[in-house]
Amino acid sequence: MQTFLEFEKPIAELEGKIEELRHLTNAGDINIADEVAKLQTKVDKLLRQTYAKLTPGQKVQVARHPNRPHCLDYVQGLIEDFTPLAGDRFFAEDRAVIGGLGRFRGRSVVVIGQEKGHDTESRVRHNFGMAKPEGYRKAQRLMDLADRFKLPVLSLVDTAGAFPGVQAEERGQAEAIASSIARCLRLNVPMVASVIGEGGSGGAIAIAAADRVLMLEHAIYSVITPEGCASILWRSPDMAGEAAIALRLISHDLKELGVIDRIIQEPIGGAQRDPAGTVKALGDAIEQSLREMDGLDSATLRAKRREKFLEMGQKGLG
Amino acid sequence: MNWLTNYVRPKIRALYARKEVPDNLWHKCPSCEAMLFHRELEENLHVCQHCGFHMRLDPIKRLQSIFDDGAYDGVELPKSVADPLKFRDQKRYTDRLKEAQVKTGRTDAIVVGNGLIGGLSAVVAVFDFGFMGGSMGIAVGEGLLTAAKLAVAKKAPLIVVPASGGARMQEGILSLMQMPRTTIAVEMVKEAGLPYIVVLTDPTTGGVTASFAMLGDIHIAEKGAQIGFAGARVIEGTIRETLPEGFQRSEYLLEHGMVDMVVHRRDLRDTLVRVIDLLTQPVRSEIEVVDADFEEAPVSNAVVVTTASASQPGAGDD
Ligand SMILES: [Zn+2]
Repeated sequence: MQTFLEFEKPIAELEGKIEELRHLTNAGDINIADEVAKLQTKVDKLLRQTYAKLTPGQKVQVARHPNRPHCLDYVQGLIEDFTPLAGDRFFAEDRAVIGGLGRFRGRSVVVIGQEKGHDTESRVRHNFGMAKPEGYRKAQRLMDLADRFKLPVLSLVDTAGAFPGVQAEERGQAEAIASSIARCLRLNVPMVASVIGEGGSGGAIAIAAADRVLMLEHAIYSVITPEGCASILWRSPDMAGEAAIALRLISHDLKELGVIDRIIQEPIGGAQRDPAGTVKALGDAIEQSLREMDGLDSATLRAKRREKFLEMGQKGLG
Repeated sequence: MNWLTNYVRPKIRALYARKEVPDNLWHKCPSCEAMLFHRELEENLHVCQHCGFHMRLDPIKRLQSIFDDGAYDGVELPKSVADPLKFRDQKRYTDRLKEAQVKTGRTDAIVVGNGLIGGLSAVVAVFDFGFMGGSMGIAVGEGLLTAAKLAVAKKAPLIVVPASGGARMQEGILSLMQMPRTTIAVEMVKEAGLPYIVVLTDPTTGGVTASFAMLGDIHIAEKGAQIGFAGARVIEGTIRETLPEGFQRSEYLLEHGMVDMVVHRRDLRDTLVRVIDLLTQPVRSEIEVVDADFEEAPVSNAVVVTTASASQPGAGDD
């Protein structure tokens, strides 16, 4: 079932009409096929118009759209022989972080990604994509593995943020994130991070201090959720839309700031309208990114990765 | 008497006699509400002499309290892009910056000094919580990178004293990028084989804790400091858990293995002197004259004897 966002209401109404027409057996004078085609053209036009000028606040909604492909959809669509690996070897297995070995277009790779889940049961199982310290320690362990066997690391970022809880604090959430960032930066193998939905703060950068950072067109990447920012700076969570604008969390701005390297165009109407196409498009971009780094030795990789992050913030938005 | 006595008595008293505030001024301790004489409070490094409550310390006073004889060279920090996102909430970020600059007399929330600690060269970077809550944006990141590079150039340890609410929201994603950038700064120091010591003070939270502040070779926490990743209110709000007694305080972090020791501010300098000496002077010069035949064993014995006479790291004292 398609979920519609608030701003998609006119589109939803048109598509509702199309559905109705399709279920009509006796339409009298009108030609159903013609009517449907006409309405479909309208829908396409409206979708294109709407999605061409999404506000940052609307992008936040699209980035969190429940029907958007999630980490496991990309794993399923892009990784052959996926072999999930579990546990941080210290405390627990964190199902907010998917990890494992697999083959991506011929290359053996290590996959690390945040999974939000797609229904109540799976959301709870994956803790809504909010990792605890054990998730970030699992990520580090998998990066160790990648280094040892010289396998590229592909990370998929989709989290509102690291889990804020008493036990997460007790087990060193901050230390786990800090060490995970340091681990990314020390990798001797190429790392491609992809922001597929929500790139939420420290919880995201922990697995995104990568050689290449890719981002889906309507994904967001921010230091704080717009709601959190609004309640602090505007003292009202209702101002999240304003905060979303001010934070410059959309792919276009992040590209200009040099924080991300490549934007992956989404299908008209967003990734949720063509998950398979989106998965393939991201796969192509990841493959391209890996090719760019083929043949680079580990010292060069590390030096260039550092350089890239050190250059960030030298210029602002025009 | 051991060699430490040469260094442990800084002439702080003399240096603190700057007459900016009249001596007859009184302060109320925020913890026990005792009325404290201004001059006495200064002499006590802003620790309440009645209840031991550690108030926030001005960064310059902090530097003076750490370096030998309170003397150090201020390090000039590079100018960085101000307001890269042209951010505005209810106020313009540029206005907030100006206010903070006027209030503190500093360009941003970090001060770096270079001098001697226990006779050994060291670089110290201190956060100013009074400058927009010590939040970390590009300027702070640059400050830490400058401090790290200077430490490497001088072959000196790097000591960082954070006091920060976390990332500077008004710099959006670029403030998040200071997490990997400051992690790189730390890595530079570590790769050069130099000690990196973090002195966690009240408060150290958010993206600051989840990056350079949790990557120290040694973590020293001041008594009673709030140290954590997620804010207590966020945790209460999301999880609806009641927070345990002393949650996110230094002593709690010690209990959970996140810091090496909790120290009283008056013991901080001695602790730093001792730790730096132990990490960087593997063989004391006074015992290098040991008979060559017994070089191995007597040296290690002598070291044990020497350090045993120094006071133990004060994890549980007071
Ligand atoms: Zn008191």
